[in-house]
Amino acid sequence: MSDWVKVARLDEIPRLGARVVRSAGKEIAVFRTAEDQVYAMHDQCPHKGGPLSQGIVAGRQVTCPLHGMRIGLEDGQAVAPDHGCVPPIPAKIEDGAVYLRI
Amino acid sequence: MKPMKLVMVGNGMAGVRTLEEVLKLAPDLYQITVFGAEPYANYNRIMLSPVLAGEQTIQDIMLNDVDWYRENGITLHLGKKVVKIDRKNRTVHAEDGTSAEYDRLILATGSLPFILPVLGNDLDGVVSFRDIHDVDRMIDAARKFRHAVVIGGGLLGLEAANGLKQRGMDVTVVHIADWLMERQLDETAARMLQKSLEQKGLKFLLSKATGQIIGNDGRVTGLRFKDGQEIPADLVVMAVGIRPNTRLAESAGIHCDRGVVVNDTMQTYDPRIYAVGECVAHRGTSYGLVAPLFEMGKVCANHLAQMGIGRYTGSVVSTKLKVTGIDLFSAGNFGGGPGTEEIVLSDPAGGVYKKLVLKDNKLEGAVLYGDTVDGAWYFQLLREGRSVAGIRDHLMFGQSHVGDTGHLGQNKAAAMSDEMEVCGCNGVCKGNIVKAIKENGLFTLEDVRAHTKASSSCGSCTGLVEQILASVLGGDYSPQPKTKPLCGCTDHTHDEVRRAIREHKLLAIPEVMKFLEWRTPDGCPSCRPAINYYLISTWPHEVEDDPQSRFINERAHANIQKDGTYSVVPRMWGGITTPAELRRIAEVAEKYNVPAVKVTGGQRIDLLGIKKEDLPGIWADLDMPSGHAYGKALRTVKTCVGSEWCRFGTQDSTRMGIDLEQAFYKMWAPHKVKLAVSGCPRNCSEAAIKDVGVIGVDSGWEIYIGGNGGIKTEVAEFLAKVASAEEVLEYSGAFLQIYREEAYYLERTVHWLQRVGMDTVKQRVLEDAEGRKAAYQRLLFALRDEKDPWRERAKEGVQRHEFETITL
Ligand code: SRM
Ligand SMILES: Cc1cc2nc3c(=O)[nH]c(=O)nc-3n(C[C@H](O)[C@H](O)[C@H](O)COP(=O)(O)OP(=O)(O)OC[C@H]3O[C@@H](n4cnc5c(N)ncnc54)[C@H](O)[C@@H]3O)c2cc1C
Ligand code: SF4
Ligand code: FES
Repeated sequence: MSDWVKVARLDEIPRLGARVVRSAGKEIAVFRTAEDQVYAMHDQCPHKGGPLSQGIVAGRQVTCPLHGMRIGLEDGQAVAPDHGCVPPIPAKIEDGAVYLRI
Repeated sequence: MKPMKLVMVGNGMAGVRTLEEVLKLAPDLYQITVFGAEPYANYNRIMLSPVLAGEQTIQDIMLNDVDWYRENGITLHLGKKVVKIDRKNRTVHAEDGTSAEYDRLILATGSLPFILPVLGNDLDGVVSFRDIHDVDRMIDAARKFRHAVVIGGGLLGLEAANGLKQRGMDVTVVHIADWLMERQLDETAARMLQKSLEQKGLKFLLSKATGQIIGNDGRVTGLRFKDGQEIPADLVVMAVGIRPNTRLAESAGIHCDRGVVVNDTMQTYDPRIYAVGECVAHRGTSYGLVAPLFEMGKVCANHLAQMGIGRYTGSVVSTKLKVTGIDLFSAGNFGGGPGTEEIVLSDPAGGVYKKLVLKDNKLEGAVLYGDTVDGAWYFQLLREGRSVAGIRDHLMFGQSHVGDTGHLGQNKAAAMSDEMEVCGCNGVCKGNIVKAIKENGLFTLEDVRAHTKASSSCGSCTGLVEQILASVLGGDYSPQPKTKPLCGCTDHTHDEVRRAIREHKLLAIPEVMKFLEWRTPDGCPSCRPAINYYLISTWPHEVEDDPQSRFINERAHANIQKDGTYSVVPRMWGGITTPAELRRIAEVAEKYNVPAVKVTGGQRIDLLGIKKEDLPGIWADLDMPSGHAYGKALRTVKTCVGSEWCRFGTQDSTRMGIDLEQAFYKMWAPHKVKLAVSGCPRNCSEAAIKDVGVIGVDSGWEIYIGGNGGIKTEVAEFLAKVASAEEVLEYSGAFLQIYREEAYYLERTVHWLQRVGMDTVKQRVLEDAEGRKAAYQRLLFALRDEKDPWRERAKEGVQRHEFETITL
């Protein structure tokens, strides 16, 4: 069973940045775009497990800090020509708070 | 909105490349229709030569198959030649009656082979060398007949001759000029080429004008020259040149002057109609090599996508001959002329000939035969128009970094086996690269980087990757142009961005992007850090730094490690520490279970494997300033013990080093900056490979600049000798400030110096005393009141969220 869980206020996540949420021992990266959409996924790059939360966010992509693989925030897919995928975690904003379904 | 209709006539290399660019920029703007007279989808015409020679097959050289058109929603009419453009009703009509309406039209009709106006040129067995059909006819003839004559001793003719020879024919090349490839080669190189081709079994008749092609029963049987001599021929290949194919454009009343005339945005005289490729005449020039055509395609696509910022301003081209076993390269103006000088290396017995043509201390042209390893490098020097005065004495010997990390020459690249590793950083073998180039139709270094990651990390194998590209692609490979945009988000160069920031006083990244019409909403990981740096270095104390536009190391003020932990390198001024400081480091290491403590190559101590959350605590406990080991900033100032202790020391190098480090500490720069000070010429602090190296001598200090001990070792060059420590600070500070203000982001001092020339820097730092003092003052102003980033984060709670994990 998964439920919507409140994790932070929107303003606790920097625009064009991310925060790390630790839940049941797993790290989740929660991103915020310039237009204030939020996206979440496991904080693990499909390439060699780099922490995606530490990457640079631009448009709806994050670039892994270790070797520069780009991951789409909406679907967790690596941007061509790279291959790989991180399963996305549903995220939403309500009344200025960020919720994840975990 | 209903998509507009885009029609393209001519389904060749330039046209399809343009469509690819359009699809990248504006995938939904157009409904696209393509007409191609040939019955094939888009193939790599260049590779017809290896196909003729039997080294590749047609399947190998397809670039975009029909599925590609389908996947991109393009309507493709193959084998349909357009015969009419109705500009009033904006419709094109094909021979078979198919028609299509357009809002925008691209003409990419390529060229037509020139056919000599001699009797018999229409006989069976007389062919040109342009498309798959021609190659099929030649292969067929090679099966049935013996004597082939190729008319034309240019690039195309020689490749045709070589291919037919490989297919077992007896081949004679007839050429009207006194030596082969007279437009690309001088006589000496051409004679050497001729000799090696003769060794392969080709025959040559030079200075011969064809009078008539003779035949029997409608089929060719021989050739008669104007001087009366006759030779037998069962196949005649005309490779005497190409003419831009302007027939269709002309019939539609579009202005043509040898080619379809276009402006810098690739528009013809009818603004709805664009033209790209070999059919074009741009500023009076038509091109017959793909590199410039692809540049045209890029510009054309930019305007079709309604970005409206690209301009095509012409190209310098280089050529290579794609005959296996023969290395030949030429570029630019190698013929000489008034005001030019030549450097020649000629070893006919050894099979090597090189000629470099210089004018006003710049490389104007190059011909290389037998050893073309440095072709790409010379071509780059040529296109950049960079002064070679400083490297003139070893220019002929090529780019000197022949080392283990890959710069081994194209012969080596071609000879490497597929399993050999090319990129040590990303574990990419030669086979991966060759496969990616062939399967994905890659043409540029950037494409290869994107697909394979080769040379995308430390870049030391860039030379080798370029050589593999060149060996796979032949002459159509060209290194990146000098007018390189900052990144894919814009067509503006680094210089243009810097200028806009300065002249229009732009103070924030979104403002810059808006002003310069960035294509992406908030840039990318390449441009954001660059713009951020340009802003803070241009307007110190006025611009607010943007942490989200910094790479993680600079955002967290620590180096990210392969496992996601961080390292901490505190500053130790000039490499000097104290027992108390060492004790504190030891205590911190124990308290936080730091897994590794290491003495760095920069004379300080590194604590490795630290969890991000622990960083502020560790910084607070250490109570030492940041070492900026993570930043494009002042790193270390290495020193030796100097006159205080050393029996040879002439100056107090340790003190000088500490003074420099304390003066320039917290200085952000285009790239990292490292300094060193030695107390005597024995140079124990390795000052000769630092961005600024200072060496004490009896009468004062010698200052060296532009050294680099990294990927490619570069020895620093002598700048000045000064008497006092104050002058050392002023001269090095002025040099660094000019570098900070003018270098491109991620350009280290040595590369910047190579670009602008040592003379310019000497003029500004040595001769212009006022300018030097002013630059030094600007640096001091920029650094005034800068805070220590660790202190701010450990004690003042700056950027707290960066270091806190939310635990559920
Ligand atoms: C820690 C240290 C190695 C050591 O254990 O000694 C080191 C470690 C790294 N070096 Fe270095 N370099 C270290 C001294 C050097 C030196 C020697 C020196 O400074 O005297 C050089 C050659 C001198 C020079 O730079 O000219 C050096 C040339 C490089 C280069 C190549 C730079 C170039 O322009 O060619 C890189 C790659 C880059 O910067 O792009 C690099 C990059 C790196 C990075 C930052 C790689 C990265 O981006 O993650 C390494 C961080 C490792 C980590 O996980 O923390 N490191 N590196 C040294 C830190 C010195 C310090 O106290 O700050
Ligand atoms: C054998 C050979 C070797 C070469 N080697 C090299 C090399 O090593 N390096 C290099 O840089 N370049 C090389 N080139 C040149 C390079 O191939 C051309 O510069 C490039 O292909 C030109 O591209 P384009 O799109 O302008 O024309 P093309 O690729 O010729 O495409 C034009 C297309 O338009 C079609 N067409 C014309 N009129 C109509 C019409 N009215 N309706 C419909 N379709 C029409 C034609 O059939 C043709 O398919 C070589 C060329 C040949 C033939
Ligand atoms: S510390 Fe420097 S030399 Fe060592 S692996 Fe890292 S980048 Fe390479
Ligand atoms: S771990 Fe992300 S790119 Fe390598």
